[in-house]
Order: sequence, then C-alpha cells, then structure tokens
Amino acid sequence: MDWQEDGNELVVDGPTTFPVGRRDFLKLTSTGVLVLMAVDAAHGLQETARPQTGRQGYPTDVNAYLHIGANNRVTCFVGKVELGQGSMTALSQLLAEDLDVPLSAVEIVCGDTDLCPWDMGTFGSLSIRSFGPVLRAAAAEARGVLLLMASERFQVPIETLGAKAGVVTVVGDAARMVTYGQLTEGKRIERTLDPKPALKPVKAFTIVGTSAARRDARDKVTGKAKYAGDIAPAGALHARILRLPAHGATLTQVDTSAAEKVPGVRVIRDGDLVAVLHEHRDEADKALALVKAQFTRNDPPVDNATIFDHLVKNAPRGQTAASGGDAAGFTGPADRMFEQTYFDSYMAHAPMETHSAVAVVENGKVTVWAGTQTPFPVKNQIMQALRLPADKVRIITPYVGGGFGGKSASRQAVEAARLATLTGKPVRVVFSRDEEFFYDTFRPAAVIKIRSGVDASNAIVFWDYQVYAAGERGAAHFYNIAHHKTTVYGGWSGGGTAGYHPFAIGPWRAPGASTNAFARESHIDVMAAKAGMDPVEFRLKNLTDPRMIRTLKAAAATFGWAPKAAPSGRGVGVACGIDAGTYDTLMVEVVVDKATGKVQVKRVVCAQDQGVIVNPEGSLQQVEGCITMGLGYTFSEEIRFKGGEVLDKNFDTYAIPRFSQVPKIDTVFIDAPDVPAQGCGEPAIVPLGAAVANAIFDAVGARVLQLPMTPARVKAAMKP
Amino acid sequence: MRLVSFTLNGKPTRLTVDEDRMLLWVLRDDLGLTGTKFGCGQALCGACTVLVNNEAVRSCATLMKDVQGKQVVTIEGLAKGDRLHPIQEAFVTHLGFQCGYCTPGMILGAYALLHKDPKPTRAQVIAHMDEYLCRCGAHLRIIQAIESVAGTAKGGA
Repeated sequence: MDWQEDGNELVVDGPTTFPVGRRDFLKLTSTGVLVLMAVDAAHGLQETARPQTGRQGYPTDVNAYLHIGANNRVTCFVGKVELGQGSMTALSQLLAEDLDVPLSAVEIVCGDTDLCPWDMGTFGSLSIRSFGPVLRAAAAEARGVLLLMASERFQVPIETLGAKAGVVTVVGDAARMVTYGQLTEGKRIERTLDPKPALKPVKAFTIVGTSAARRDARDKVTGKAKYAGDIAPAGALHARILRLPAHGATLTQVDTSAAEKVPGVRVIRDGDLVAVLHEHRDEADKALALVKAQFTRNDPPVDNATIFDHLVKNAPRGQTAASGGDAAGFTGPADRMFEQTYFDSYMAHAPMETHSAVAVVENGKVTVWAGTQTPFPVKNQIMQALRLPADKVRIITPYVGGGFGGKSASRQAVEAARLATLTGKPVRVVFSRDEEFFYDTFRPAAVIKIRSGVDASNAIVFWDYQVYAAGERGAAHFYNIAHHKTTVYGGWSGGGTAGYHPFAIGPWRAPGASTNAFARESHIDVMAAKAGMDPVEFRLKNLTDPRMIRTLKAAAATFGWAPKAAPSGRGVGVACGIDAGTYDTLMVEVVVDKATGKVQVKRVVCAQDQGVIVNPEGSLQQVEGCITMGLGYTFSEEIRFKGGEVLDKNFDTYAIPRFSQVPKIDTVFIDAPDVPAQGCGEPAIVPLGAAVANAIFDAVGARVLQLPMTPARVKAAMKP
Repeated sequence: MRLVSFTLNGKPTRLTVDEDRMLLWVLRDDLGLTGTKFGCGQALCGACTVLVNNEAVRSCATLMKDVQGKQVVTIEGLAKGDRLHPIQEAFVTHLGFQCGYCTPGMILGAYALLHKDPKPTRAQVIAHMDEYLCRCGAHLRIIQAIESVAGTAKGGA
C-alpha cells in the first residue's frame, strides 16, 4: 500500500487535529502577510489531548477541505505543502473542476495543522494520484449539496438545475440563478450526501488538463515568497546549536564561557542540547565558534570503499518482493547465463533552502513555521518532545525551498520549539550547509546482484535479483520472464540492524527506484549486447505490458532511434521504469571524453505515461526537473564519509548539476485519458542513470557498474 | 561599529553597524529584506546574490565596509511598484523556477549579465550562470527566460 511503502520511519503518523469548525484564524496569504480572517464555526476546535498514534484516513467532512465565502471566494485547505512541485496550483485545479467554480475564485492554504485536514506528508508522488481523488470527492459532494439547496430554494427538481462557475441556474430559465456564496452565506456545509456523487468524467474537464498559471510565480520572482527562515516575529533570536563532529559521538565536556561574553548572546544548555542565540545570525555563528567542546567518538569501521561489503555481510533478512515459475531451482534451459553486481553510493538531498524553522510560544501554545514535507507528523513530534496536548502545537508550512524527501525528517522544527520554550523568545533555527549535509537522511548506498539467463531465441527465461539497502520500490522487473525472483534485503526506510548505516538514511526522490533501475536496465543491456540485438528490440521482445511498450515506441519515434546492437559508437542509450503508477522510457545521447572519462549528455527524450494530466506545463516542469536533478546521481553526487564523519560539507566538494551539464530535453506525454492521474514528481528521474550507463557502453564499449559514474569510474571501466 | 552609507534599492541608507558583518545578514536580520536567501554561506551557490553597482555579488561573502558609497539592489528593488522588471516577467512566463529559493539570485545574476552584455550567446549565458545552483532543475527554463529578455531566444531548448 502506498502509505506503507512511502511512509517515513522517522516520524509518528496519525491525525492530530480535525478542524470541525474554524473560529478566528490567522491566514498566511500568498504575499506572506498575516491576515486575521473570521470564519463561522459551529463548534470549537476538537482536538485530542494526546498524540494519536493510530493511522487514520482523511476526514470525510467536506468542510475540512473547503470553505465558500458569502463573497463567492473559495478557500481550499490541504495538508500537502508546496515544495516547488506546483501542487498548490494543481490541487486548486482539481477542487475548482469538481466544485464547478472559476479557478481564480480559489485560494489555497497548504500544510497548516490548525486549518488543514490531516495528511501524512508530501512525498511519494501522492498529492495528485492519492489525495487528488479525496479532494475531488469533497468538492463534488459540496457541489451536490449546493444543488440540493438550490432546488429547495427554487422549488424545482434537482435534475432541472445546472452548476457552472459558482452559479446554480434553472436550466432554460437563466433569470433563476443563485451563486454558491448566496447559498452558503459563508457558513459551513452542514448536509452530506449518500450515496456520494460521482466525480466529473475526464471528457467534461475544463480546468483540469489546462496549463493553469502557477500561483506562486509572482511571489517567487519578487522576493515576497516567505520560507520558514524568513518569518520574523518581533524579538526573534537565531539559534546555533552545538553539533557532533561525527555520528555516534557523544559530548563529554563543554565550556561556553567565551561564547557567553559575546554581547547580546544567550547560551542555553538543556541536557545534550547546547545552543547559542543572538538576534543576528552572524553574531550567533561567531559565538558558536567560541564554544569549546570535547567529544568521545564511536565511529563505525566503515567508509565509502568498505561500505558495500558491510551492507551485504550485515544485511537484514531478505523479503521476496516478486516471484514466478521456479527461480530457485532454475537449471535451464538457458543458452547464456549472466551474473553482475551493481553499486550505488550515499547521496544527499541538498535542497537550496536548508532545514529551517521559526517557533513562537504564546499563551502556552507553540506555533512553528517549518520548512517541512510532513507538518502533521512534525506536530506529533513536538507534542511528544514538549509533552504538549494537540491544541497547544501548530505547524504552519510556508513555501518550502525544495525537499526531494529530505524534509520528511524535520528535526529543526523540534529544536526551534524546544529553544523557544526554554528561552521564552521566538527562536529561528536555520541549518548551516554543513548541518544540512550532516543531518541529511541520505539516499542509501546499495548493492544489487543479478543473475539471469536467455534462451536461444533471446527470450529472458531466468532472473534472480537481490537488492541490498535500496529497498523494494522499483525492484520488481516488468519483463515477461518465466522464472524469476526478486529479493529485498532492507531498504531506505530501514530494515537493517542499528548501525547498518553509519548515519540516517531516508527517502530520496523516488526512493530506491533509481538504484534499482540502474541495475535492472543496465543488466538488460548486458544481455542485449551479448545477443547482438538492438537494446530497444531486445526490450520489445521481452515486454508484454502495453503501457511500457507504448512509451518505448513513443520515445524511439521522437528520438529517431535507429536499431543497432551496442556498442555502436554512437553513444545512445535507453532505459525504462515504472514509478508511482507512471511509465517512462528515457533515451539519451552522450559524448564520452575518452581521455578524461568525462561524459556530457547532449539530449534526452522522455516518453511518459502518467494517465490523466492535471497541468501539462507543470508536468513538463517536473519531468525536466527530474532529468536535470538526475544528472547529479548519475555523474557526481556521492557522500564521502569516514566512520561517522560526513566529509562533504558544502557545494565545493558535493557537486550537484549545473547549467553547463543540462542537455536538450524533449518530453512526450502519452495520451491516456482512461488511466487516472498518476505520479509525476518522481518517475522521470528513475531511468536516467541506467539510460546514461547504457549510452556510455554504446559509445565506448565500457560498462560502468557504480553510481555515480564519475570520470574516474568511466575511465576505469574503459581499461581493458 | 561605524556608519556605513550606501544606496539600497534606490534609497539613501545609513546604518551604524560592525563593518565586518556580511551584507547578507544585515539585509535579512537588520533590514528585513528576506528576499535575499542564505544557501551555503561560502559564496558557492548564488542564492544570496545581490547587485552592487550593477555587478552580481554574493552577499554572504560581502563585508558591509565594501558597500560604503555603493548602489545595492536586492530582489525587492527590481520591480517598479506593481510593474515587474522584464527579467522577472520572463521568469514568470518561462517558469524559470520551481521551489523559488534560488530565484532571487538567479534573476539578479541574469540582470548583471545582461547589464554588461545585452546580447549574450547561449554559451555566454551558460558560462555566467554556471556558478548559480538550482536543485529543482529549472535550468533550461532559466536559460530560455534570459534569452527571451536578450532577444536571442532561438526557440526550443
């Protein structure tokens, strides 16, 4: 189930608030200004006194998702957050479509735990495919109730009414019309419908499927967009926290006397938490540098080079993720057998906005503005850390400066809340870049062992796939193979013993899927090359899934793929992937500098079937973003570490993609109106590494077996 | 502490500050101009870029004493009232952003480039912008936005 596979082990999930009624509330408008709004409330906030640890679904009350003002303005409430992926625009479109209101009438509030319906978090490409239908159902039910109210008002059967652009009209009698706002008068929608009305069919869409303008554009180009660290309550102090030199270390001695002498500095010690606070960030930085501390190191005996043996030797018990035929007892017939091991390295999320939070305590209530992907779980964490009831903690999520899975974990919000409570002042915690690298929940290093076999007709007949530490997502193959087994030993969400990884790991954009695709799709090409077959023809021969075949053919047509066995010297490569319900084929063209091992991607074609497309331009942005970001894991991103010490601390050594690396990108979306909207923010990143690996092989006949494919690794692979 | 005088977004500004403080934190903490972002603290990413005498500088590595008597422009100073600067317009039109965190630096970096060379080639745009990091992968659209302002866009990517 999606929730399980995409869940975050670091947080306690479960709804903490359910906004049955809203009295006066503070609302963060699109310009970041706090405005006091008055909304009617039949009841006060109903909140539990303790964190609820049970998993619960979305609320069923339509008022949790939307409010229609007497002025016909519609406010949409979602627990999802805007990370840059455009969900505040796309979700507004979904609501407007099924409610039948103009998109321009909709305002959206994201990720505010006092105002928005519970949500587990913004990850897993779930906002549209999983939450979308919930939001649409609420909109459709609200619309149905409004029609019912109008039919009573006009004393006509409901069938004679039509709703459009927020107005209900008696069909054929345009004079008899009433707006939604006149019907609700700004009040809650008290009635419910049973059975629930159907969602609007795709062919009736007028708002979904259009490239509606992004709602955050003006804020973001003018500097008005507020991120958590930009929230500036009067008297706020910057907190800089004493950090460990390595994971596993413990603080043994600390002397803060020099730091305390810096004018305006406050020093807080609370157990292991040592923080210096100052009104100015740079003064707090200076004071922190004056703190003298001693630590006891307890480094695990691993580093980048030895980690792979460690991961295999100490692997948790394997789980069978997929199987068919008799892979364990397979003895043939296979005319050719293949065996290969693939490797992936630890990688950082490295969002441009480091983890940031501002906490304010007022009348015993803690309000935290946090750059997080998981406002509701963060609320639970703070309730537990500070032993506060649910109605005493509120998380507000302003714009988030990138997440990619790394802001599912949000310790900075807990730290800010703790320090605000201890000091009685508003406190801002903004991670420095080295804190960001140190506390990141890295994409795990991984090992994948594949054994496979093909018969005389070049059909794959055997596939034994064992993946260590990358996890289940994208592990199962989608080819037509008689005898196959996929075994998963641990994953990004854990499963190993304590110390299996030397630091925290977590979900990194399409967690595990890029690692799995790199191994699987590289290995498919290994077999195709041995068979002397064109890699596209080899795939088509071994595929039966029509959605995958369609993306493969569409990519080939757009790319102008000319069949030829690799290595052809052309430097072209292909790879396929399925992620978040979406199918992708990527084709790439590379140039390999044989002297240096440096690889430049010249162009990428992506054919993607994501079902119904809510916002084509927004989807295009996500595909381009996936491919561009994917160049990093493909070529350069790798966390170097020694024991518990993270050696990469900033962008000077940890190289993320730059303008000069970005290829021409052509994207083809498959027209698939019968498939409900699937994921879009992650799938296209998945096959990139494999497509490039295959293109490198095609160019120079060398197979690179480890991500990232640095110039040194490419050169090493080229050695005879 | 000393009095530092400079022009900030067109307005004469006088501040009594420690002249060895970095411009970034004075802008953000003392003056409330939070459009200038902290990204890396070591002049490696470009998120904190502002204009000083029309040149792009990394405010996280610019001392207050070095802006004495100069013209400083932050992202808040680029639009004229409600009217966006053409580069801002182009970033909106071409969707040259996703999370938006690097955007102020990208726009001011592009401004400095076009101020010096109104018709840069694509290679020049890339070379200039290569020191600005974006994690979401808006690069292609940022290039298109800059070229559209320069009037050198060829269409396509």
